[in-house]
Amino acid sequence: MTAVVETRALTVRYSGATALDGVDLTVHDHEMVALIGANGAGKSTLVKALSGLLRPDSGTITVSGRLAQVPEGREMFGDLTVDDNLRLGGWRNGRGGRDTTGVYELLPELAGIRTRRAGALSGGQQQMVAIGRALMARPDILVIDELSLGLAPLIVTTLVGHLRALNTDRGLAVLLIEQNARLALDLCDRAYVLEAGRIALHGRAAALARDPRVAAAYLGGHIEVTS
Amino acid sequence: MSDLIGYLVTGLGIGAGFALVASGLVAIYRVTRVVNFAQGAFAVLAAMLAASLLGAGVPHGLAELGGVTLGALTGLIVGAVAIGRPGTSPGTSLIVTLGLGVLAYAVEILIWGDQPRSYPGVPGVADLAGARLQAHYLLIIAVTAPVFALMAWFFTRTDLGRALSACASNRYAAQVVGIDVRRMGLLAFTIGGALGGLAGVLTTPVQQVTFDSDVALIVNGFAAAVLGGLTRPVIALAGGLLLGVAQTLAAGYGGGAYQVEVALVLMLTVMIVQAARTGPVAETAR
Repeated sequence: MTAVVETRALTVRYSGATALDGVDLTVHDHEMVALIGANGAGKSTLVKALSGLLRPDSGTITVSGRLAQVPEGREMFGDLTVDDNLRLGGWRNGRGGRDTTGVYELLPELAGIRTRRAGALSGGQQQMVAIGRALMARPDILVIDELSLGLAPLIVTTLVGHLRALNTDRGLAVLLIEQNARLALDLCDRAYVLEAGRIALHGRAAALARDPRVAAAYLGGHIEVTS
Repeated sequence: MSDLIGYLVTGLGIGAGFALVASGLVAIYRVTRVVNFAQGAFAVLAAMLAASLLGAGVPHGLAELGGVTLGALTGLIVGAVAIGRPGTSPGTSLIVTLGLGVLAYAVEILIWGDQPRSYPGVPGVADLAGARLQAHYLLIIAVTAPVFALMAWFFTRTDLGRALSACASNRYAAQVVGIDVRRMGLLAFTIGGALGGLAGVLTTPVQQVTFDSDVALIVNGFAAAVLGGLTRPVIALAGGLLLGVAQTLAAGYGGGAYQVEVALVLMLTVMIVQAARTGPVAETAR
């Protein structure tokens, strides 16, 4: 297994306050990794640092291959059509890499709404556009900042299905930052727990789901008993 | 009746100039959130250079192209100074453009003096359904119409245009997909400069240009642009044409001295109504 993304002692400070404090995090190829943590734990800072939108104060980030981000809040180009949103996802690839056909095959739900204004879509549709837009970059790893936030359970199930398929069929690695810890731990192979800018726990997702500390803080106090 | 047609066509010709300045403002504001007060200077510099080139024997067309190119170049320079430093707020950039607009006065007076300049455009008088008007107004309309069609095509049908629209629509998302928003801002300033320059070289044969002609242009252009909250190019175009017609009618049937006041009253009314309805202009843009 080779690492697609690796951070070593990653530290980010905002005007004195430390948002990330010595974070070591690795995502290997073909792997789905969850990052859970409370609001303000530093999750979004980590996403921005990984995407190169924010310069770390110290530590290293190594990305081998292409990284694409599905930003929190979906961040549509609201005035543009779905198809234009997707095309712009391929901006880094140059002219040859902006053909959207492949994405419509992977996410067939988008084909029917390709000429609609992205700003007029439902939250679930926008999330699918955001994923499609990230896929246009032909990534080796997808960093998803809040997949399920504000979406109906049925739509979340559909999105999770797509992610599983992308992971198993195309070997896409995923780093999932997620409020819904149970969803994240169910879906992913490994997980990190971020608390106040530090990695408090990490390990197999299934093991973390049984950890009393995780259960108390993130799973509503209930340990899921599986036989 | 023939008076009216004459006023209308003349008004559309004058309005086309305002619309070009307005769409330059909109192009820059959409991408950078900066209200560019140097927009009028692009027109003046372009017109002055075109006048000099024509005076030196450069043929029509080439001289005007030279003027537009200077406008575009000036746009790029103003953009580089106004937004080149990362983290400059739109408010700070606005003041920078205001300062550069005043600096342009000094440059213009130094090079071209403070006397009004003009050059002949399309000669003669056109006869349109009984109305007699300067033929040059028809050229202004004939050039402006395809320019707007070209812009609409550029912003919606090309990837570079889509990227500019993307910066206008969601700056953060543009950064996420890897668009360099600062470079797009500079491109917007360059386009704005070219549009301002085009307004200058087109209207100078019917309206003399002096170093401070930019005031009338920016007042009218801003009034047209603010109609669409500074973000909608089509409304800016319509607003510019409307202003041109309104002013020509006011001048034709009323008194010629009140032309700029028409724009000011319209602009203030729109801004007050918009502010009462949805808050300051900057916020309606999102």
